[in-house]
Amino acid sequence: MMHNESITEQLHALKIGKYSSKELTENYLYRIKKLKDLNCYISVLEESALRAATDADQARAKGKAGLLSGIPIAHKDIFCTKNVSTTAGSKMLHNYIAPFDATVVAKIAAAGAVTIGKTNMDEFAMGSSNETSYFGPVKNPWDTSRVPGGSSGGSAAAVAAGLCSAATGTDTGGSIRQPAAHCGITGLKPTYGRISRWGMIAFASSLDQAGPMTRTAEDAALMLALMAGNDPKDSTCIGDDVPTYLEYLNSSLDGSCIGICEDFFTDGLEAKSEQVIQEAIKIFEHLGAKIKSIKLPHIRYSVPAYYVIAPAEASTNLSRYDGVRFGHRCKDPENLNDLFKRSRSEGFGNEVKRRIMVGAFTLSAGYYDAYYRQAQQIRRLIKNDFQQAFKEVDFLIGPTAPQTAFQLGEKTDSQIEMYLQDIYTIAGNLAGLPAMSIPVGFSSKLPVGLQLIGNYLQEGTILSAAHQYQKRTDWHKCVPVLAINKVQP
Amino acid sequence: MNWEAIIGLEIHVQLHTNSKIFSGASTAFGAEPNTQASAVDLGLPGVLPVVNEAVYPKAVAFGLSIGADISRLSVFDRKNYFYPDLPKGYQITQMDKPIVLGGSVQISLDGGTLKEIRITRAHLEEDAGKSLHDEFPSNTGIDLNRAGIPLLEIVSEPDMRTAKEAVAYARYIHQLVTYLGVSDGNMSEGSLRCDANVSIRPMGGTKMGTRTETKNVNSFKFLENAINFEITRQRDVLESGGHIIQETRLYDPDRDETRSMRSKETAMDYRYFPEPDLLPIAIDDEYILDIKSKMPELPREKSERFESDYEISKADADILVSDPAIADYFEAVTKICSDGKLVANWVRVELLGKINKDSIENKAIPVSAEELGKLLNRIKDQTISGKIAKDILNILWSSPMVNVDDYINENELKQVSNTSSLEPLIEEVLKQNPKQVEQFRQGKTKVVGYFVGQIMEKTSGKANPQQVNQLVLKKLT
Amino acid sequence: MKIEDYIVENIAELTQLKFSPGELSSIGNKMSEILELVEDMQTVDTTGVEPMSNPLDATQILRPDIATSENRRDVYQRSAPETRDGLYLVPKVID
Repeated sequence: MMHNESITEQLHALKIGKYSSKELTENYLYRIKKLKDLNCYISVLEESALRAATDADQARAKGKAGLLSGIPIAHKDIFCTKNVSTTAGSKMLHNYIAPFDATVVAKIAAAGAVTIGKTNMDEFAMGSSNETSYFGPVKNPWDTSRVPGGSSGGSAAAVAAGLCSAATGTDTGGSIRQPAAHCGITGLKPTYGRISRWGMIAFASSLDQAGPMTRTAEDAALMLALMAGNDPKDSTCIGDDVPTYLEYLNSSLDGSCIGICEDFFTDGLEAKSEQVIQEAIKIFEHLGAKIKSIKLPHIRYSVPAYYVIAPAEASTNLSRYDGVRFGHRCKDPENLNDLFKRSRSEGFGNEVKRRIMVGAFTLSAGYYDAYYRQAQQIRRLIKNDFQQAFKEVDFLIGPTAPQTAFQLGEKTDSQIEMYLQDIYTIAGNLAGLPAMSIPVGFSSKLPVGLQLIGNYLQEGTILSAAHQYQKRTDWHKCVPVLAINKVQP
Repeated sequence: MNWEAIIGLEIHVQLHTNSKIFSGASTAFGAEPNTQASAVDLGLPGVLPVVNEAVYPKAVAFGLSIGADISRLSVFDRKNYFYPDLPKGYQITQMDKPIVLGGSVQISLDGGTLKEIRITRAHLEEDAGKSLHDEFPSNTGIDLNRAGIPLLEIVSEPDMRTAKEAVAYARYIHQLVTYLGVSDGNMSEGSLRCDANVSIRPMGGTKMGTRTETKNVNSFKFLENAINFEITRQRDVLESGGHIIQETRLYDPDRDETRSMRSKETAMDYRYFPEPDLLPIAIDDEYILDIKSKMPELPREKSERFESDYEISKADADILVSDPAIADYFEAVTKICSDGKLVANWVRVELLGKINKDSIENKAIPVSAEELGKLLNRIKDQTISGKIAKDILNILWSSPMVNVDDYINENELKQVSNTSSLEPLIEEVLKQNPKQVEQFRQGKTKVVGYFVGQIMEKTSGKANPQQVNQLVLKKLT
Repeated sequence: MKIEDYIVENIAELTQLKFSPGELSSIGNKMSEILELVEDMQTVDTTGVEPMSNPLDATQILRPDIATSENRRDVYQRSAPETRDGLYLVPKVID
């Protein structure tokens, strides 16, 4: 079925005229309507998507197809899309129309892709279950009583349910990888700075990174090549040339060395998930890789460092939402103070307010050194640990999340348990390393994700390892039942 | 009791650039509200700052000119507070690692003595927008055209003791940044704004008193008034047994007073931390040397050179170098007319007088240096009298295209200096004024001036007054 | 670390957030919980460790000083809650 095919397969089908982009787009639009209850999308761009699909078909007919011509892509609603609603999952921006395109959006559109809609997400990307969205939770296509993970839950569920060819996501502490794991898809968070942050609504500036959410590692390589690259509008963007990732994909794992860190297999890891991960590790051994146990002495401070740095940066990034120039404004403000306070308190949800409060506290006079500065120092220690490890191994593997998708509402009252869902992913953000999650099996009918962490700018290495694994296995081809139900226009 | 004031200034200098410090919006003054506020300046969701390369050489040049340390690695920080004209809810500034550290300047006090004022630091930051309180009855309007204009904030040590010293220091900084081309120095457009930190203590004391910070002081006159008001206010409070509250105050030029700013009442906690959207800025010795090699001559060096090169007084030289536009003009005139003293006198008295009278920019002198030089040469070679020269300067001022020599010829303004044509005139005047001649004979020699005046009138000012004076005396004795 | 109510109130003031008395104590508890979670971090000896601001320790690229932005006031003010004569409006600020 066309909606479950990888981008690579779809491009081939478009090329040989098996179906048109218009048909592919219509199919997705129809499915989106049918599966509306999953709540994957905040906005669906039906008209403009069909127009773009028709344009793509014409371009292809003229021999002017771009690298993604006619492929329907969904963007996490954290990316600004010109003249289109951009909400970041918040009431604060429920009526905000972005006046410009994010670099990521512009680049993907320039390659000929069809922007099909904007996906649901945790409010301002703060959450691990997609339950903090002002637009309601997203449901996991594998079990609709469960969460899809977060914060890029809408994107992950949309890809898994066959509601787009691929999607973009952002990852500050695991927001691409953890939902990818819970929804059984491939999600890549590149090196910090590899993809421009221009037009991507900020959560924590020094950790935020965009990335592709796809069905296969090959698709992720294709998307990354389009999304990555220097952007003069983002000071933290890396200027290095973008490699042709697709060329890396077929390098053999023979003779390579993979690191396993015991801190990734702690008590919190669900037993069945651990089994699945151990089996995946064996496959990598079969593929010719040597497995080596490595030590990352400071990795256990990742959670503390992250829950200082991310809220601190968020607390000030979110100060611009004051009801003056855009966004929610309270009714009939009595005075300036009332305008600020009520607009912000009404516009932000509880989780966002909590993080603003904690963040402001850790930056306040007398606490800065003990919290923010200390956390940034620990970050360097964590980075140094990884650099030490990469002298011995090519990349690291381990679980993406401590457990599979949990029930909706299960952890909403337990803040700390929710925060610990990111326990394995946040080190990658703190160190700024490329990391991805691929599906490697199931635990009680729910997908389990394996995380691969590479050295700086070595996206090619982990993409290739993932691709080799996916050539050997079929886990990435498994789709939830509702994605094979024949809902056709 | 005798009190002593302790004064430190924070001077915000708008840097002269085409675009803003973190965005590509224009910095031109006077545009329609919010037409020069880009997405970055407005702090729209998803925007990011990128540093303008033009701000660094300016900050470094200033640092070099005051003998400061230039940071090889400087870092931008966020200063967090809410105000409607601060779009992002934080100002990007430099807290821990400013570009300029230390340094000092010498200011001239009355009587010609010099005093050193130490500078703590100077850092780069973005300007805020403007809140317009008087446009609408129940609203404040926000114009963000100014948001993101690059500023250099220059912080002095509390080394000043009187309002006059503070003004002398502020004037010196103004002169320096104008010289360096760091700023256009246009005070009326807010290119230089001062905050004054003032405290007082018993004369001779060593302990600092509680200080207040007075904001919004945008002219040298207001600065002097605001500080004097604050000194008097604090003295009155202390002498009547009260104590000073550490607070931010606002200078109101209309009432000539400072008053507490209620909006800043709550103690501020700015939660500074390194701006994660920007990276540290690294500069090397080569970069600094390059800027050093391109630095213009500074006012003090220039003044000394003028004194020796043109043999003019220190007072004249100081006035001429007070503005680089005037100094350059003076030097251009001396290229035509080599009499430095004459040129200095004319530029200082006539030209600056006219500039002040017409309130025009020093840069905008309508008379070219070349024409003024020619005009002064005609005085020197006695072609015309000083009085005629002043008349011609007035003509040139309003008709800059006039050629001095042509004008003198066409209007027959050449000085009458041959004795034979003057003698009959003198005889005529003496004959017509027997009473005054009699007064002279009785010893009232001052009456000569009267005769000279009469003859100048008869020649429409073209006679050489000294020569006439001599001839009259000769006739009378 | 338990956060006292007055600190919570002060932080709410700094961040311009408004909480009812009930919310205030609940948010205080949540904040305390988070600070407990991160407390472990304090045991790490970080003497002499340079804080990490960027993973690649990169330095800033500068932008040429060219005014490139055109006037897009109308577009930008499309999402503004209240404007008049091109100005953003807020309730009167009295200083």
